[in-house]
Amino acid sequence: MLHDTVILRVVVKLMLPPILLYALYVQAHGDYGPGGGFQAGVSAAAAIILYALVFGVPEARRVVPLAVVRAMVPLGVLIYGGVGVAGLLLGGNYLDYNVLGATAKGGQHLGILLVEVGVFVTVSGTMLTIFYSFSSKPEDEGSAG
Amino acid sequence: MVAVVIGIVRVRNLFAVVMLGGIYSFLMATILYVLDAVDVSMTEAAVGAGMSTVLLLATLALTKVREAAPVHPPALPLAVALLTGAALIYASVDLPPFGDPSGPGHRHVAPEYIARVMPETGVPNIVTAVLASYRGYDTLGETTVIFTAGIGVLALLVGRRRPRKATGKSNGETA
Repeated sequence: MLHDTVILRVVVKLMLPPILLYALYVQAHGDYGPGGGFQAGVSAAAAIILYALVFGVPEARRVVPLAVVRAMVPLGVLIYGGVGVAGLLLGGNYLDYNVLGATAKGGQHLGILLVEVGVFVTVSGTMLTIFYSFSSKPEDEGSAG
Repeated sequence: MVAVVIGIVRVRNLFAVVMLGGIYSFLMATILYVLDAVDVSMTEAAVGAGMSTVLLLATLALTKVREAAPVHPPALPLAVALLTGAALIYASVDLPPFGDPSGPGHRHVAPEYIARVMPETGVPNIVTAVLASYRGYDTLGETTVIFTAGIGVLALLVGRRRPRKATGKSNGETA
């Protein structure tokens, strides 16, 4: 796409680590500050999409392969549901986090964190899946898909 | 924001419309931030301004950049829009004053959550606690919705085969 613009490439390279770091911060800090899995997932996906816009979609697919992205879509839901099943196995209700940790509060923290990871995985995977699907021409599908 | 909306309605170049939509989302995010809804503001900025703009641009790459001339006269859609707007304005008269602590929205379950979140979950951000813990089922449902959206797009777009020369043209026009 924009292969020849040096300034854009350098600036994007500088911006990518802060964006990804910020996404992880929003993800891990959702208990205390604003944000959570959804916002973090979208931010992380936006970082990859920014990379794809400047360096081209094939390059981005080399970094984050399509198969990984597609696997992430159901994986997040499985993580979320798995947390609920884990609560069941440990003797609580479905999605009852109190039984996950040694204390009720610890369990709540762990449960919320894991559930947010599930949301993160599904959201970022879905966003990238949609982006990859839209941005690839039908001709590319045979070789890349 | 009004200027942006007028611009969206008037401009025929869809590229500009997408950009104006992004600007609108950012203004919306700013307003939500000013209203102290930081979580929502963040989502609006990331999804509304960032993600949907990029996705719409990607869609433009698949279709044409110019908006087609409308087929029907605009009277009926205009009437529906005006009626809905008038109904909303009429309903807004009955809303409690902004920030009124005795408004019904603040007396229903909110005090319960505010009182119970810290002792029960120890999570300072009440929004996160409500979303992920008290309303865990709802959030599971939302995650499933996103999952469904993902596989929906996969089913629609990835199954596409290399278009034959005749059908490829018509696909581009109907999409």
